[in-house]
Amino acid sequence: MSINEIQDEIIETFELFDDWEEKYEYIIDLGKKLAGLDDQYKTEDNIIKGCQSVVWLHAHLEGDKVIFEADSQAIIVKGLVSMLLKVLSGHTPDEILNTDLYFIEKTGLSSHLAQTRSNGLASMVKQMKAYALGYKTLLEKQNQS
Amino acid sequence: MSFDINTLRKDFPILETEISGRKLVYFDNAATTQKPAVVVKALETYYDSYNANIHRGIHYLAEKATAAFEETRKTVRAFLNAASTEEIIFTYGTTDAINLVAYTYGRKFLKEGDEILISTLEHHSNIVPWQMLCEEKGCVLKVIPIDDNGDLILEEFDRLLSEKTKLVSVVHVSNALGTINPVEYIIQKAHEAGAKVLIDGAQACSHIPVDVQQLDADFYVLSAHKLFGPTGTGILYGKKELLLAMPPFRGGGEMIKEVTFEKTTYADLPYKFEAGTPNIADVITFKYALDYFNALDKEGLRRHEHELLDYATEKLEALEGVKIIGKAPQKISVVSFVMENIHPQDIGIILDQQGIAVRTGHHCTQPLMQRFGIPGTARASFAPYNTKEEIDALISGLLKVKKFLA
Repeated sequence: MSINEIQDEIIETFELFDDWEEKYEYIIDLGKKLAGLDDQYKTEDNIIKGCQSVVWLHAHLEGDKVIFEADSQAIIVKGLVSMLLKVLSGHTPDEILNTDLYFIEKTGLSSHLAQTRSNGLASMVKQMKAYALGYKTLLEKQNQS
Repeated sequence: MSFDINTLRKDFPILETEISGRKLVYFDNAATTQKPAVVVKALETYYDSYNANIHRGIHYLAEKATAAFEETRKTVRAFLNAASTEEIIFTYGTTDAINLVAYTYGRKFLKEGDEILISTLEHHSNIVPWQMLCEEKGCVLKVIPIDDNGDLILEEFDRLLSEKTKLVSVVHVSNALGTINPVEYIIQKAHEAGAKVLIDGAQACSHIPVDVQQLDADFYVLSAHKLFGPTGTGILYGKKELLLAMPPFRGGGEMIKEVTFEKTTYADLPYKFEAGTPNIADVITFKYALDYFNALDKEGLRRHEHELLDYATEKLEALEGVKIIGKAPQKISVVSFVMENIHPQDIGIILDQQGIAVRTGHHCTQPLMQRFGIPGTARASFAPYNTKEEIDALISGLLKVKKFLA
């Protein structure tokens, strides 16, 4: 599935929810199900700054696709992180870099999350795009040699 | 005037706000209190009818604005029982006031090897300015530890005090835990050791009476917005002889006597420390907040706040998996707590969905959180307009948090 197809699927899922409780039950469930990160990756370098709770993000390349793994101390944030991984992980650097993440607005999550927490999430997206840019450069170098 | 909660609540229109279809429960008063309608009205009246720049103009509006501005200074003097209005400096807030002292008093009077004593309870704003000073001047920052209840260990304070201690800067009331510190004792002991004392009163002023002369504090700082007043305005009280000896903080208009390109002479107190056009509107408005607060039945108010604290403590302790952080015998109406296996941020988000505003996180006191080995707490902080019914709403909100997350 393309990034936008995944986003559309998430938006459709959220349209089924009647109230905030269903929405948050779903997010919490996502958080609980997310495998998380191995302790070796929970390093200071992998911490996303700007979050009220600690979020760790790790990335690696498989072929020409960027694979993201992440974890958080807080379960709701972990659920939101899980959604970001679902949308952005497993795509090429170019796909990730050229994405407009409209699902955050369309699911009403930006309005449900206070500024400080949204900023944390925004920092995470920024970091994911930074990884994509790094891998893009790396792949281009490999192709040249 | 006796204390009547229903009448009082009517003074704060924001309390009628609905969030996600539920009536707002505002328990983030330690971050900032809500403003009574008289304060909002005063701000509007200022801008609508006598907005002008102060102290220099000779026209009617300027005179009226200047008089109102200085009227606030008189009201603050009386509120703190300072000896003179020359000792009342308007700042942009508590943080600004502490920085003023660090930059002026600190840079002039502290030197290499001198020690500054703070406590584990301090807000970052009473840590970082001193760290910056220490880095520049080679002073040493020492920290009074606390016990598991969140009380200062006074024996350790006594031990840390020496002839090297030049400044003690401690919080009157902890923003994160609510602990009321024995500042009388601290000031007396510090003075015996030859040190000056700054008291951070940001959390204290809306809860306990403050008399700077009786305390014998050298500096006392506070923020208007935690005292039912507007944001962007704070107070530095300083003893006159200290303020006179201190160099100015910022340079510019208002703080000068005479300027030539060769030399500038500075204005007298308190204007020496008030460079530039001050926050006129909010300073003027602050008087209305103080007048409002002064007119409340203080005994009734304190009894009410104590009842809220006791009630919340009892109810929270009855909830399985909830642990209160900060159990000092002398506390203001603040309850900080953690829940087993639930991150404070998750507590905050689920409560927010139910219209309940608490603060979660480290409360700008990261070293204090490290002391307790926790990433942060959820904090409910009460004001006189809060009720037991709202605490019941918090408790049922927390039951929902447990249902969702435990």
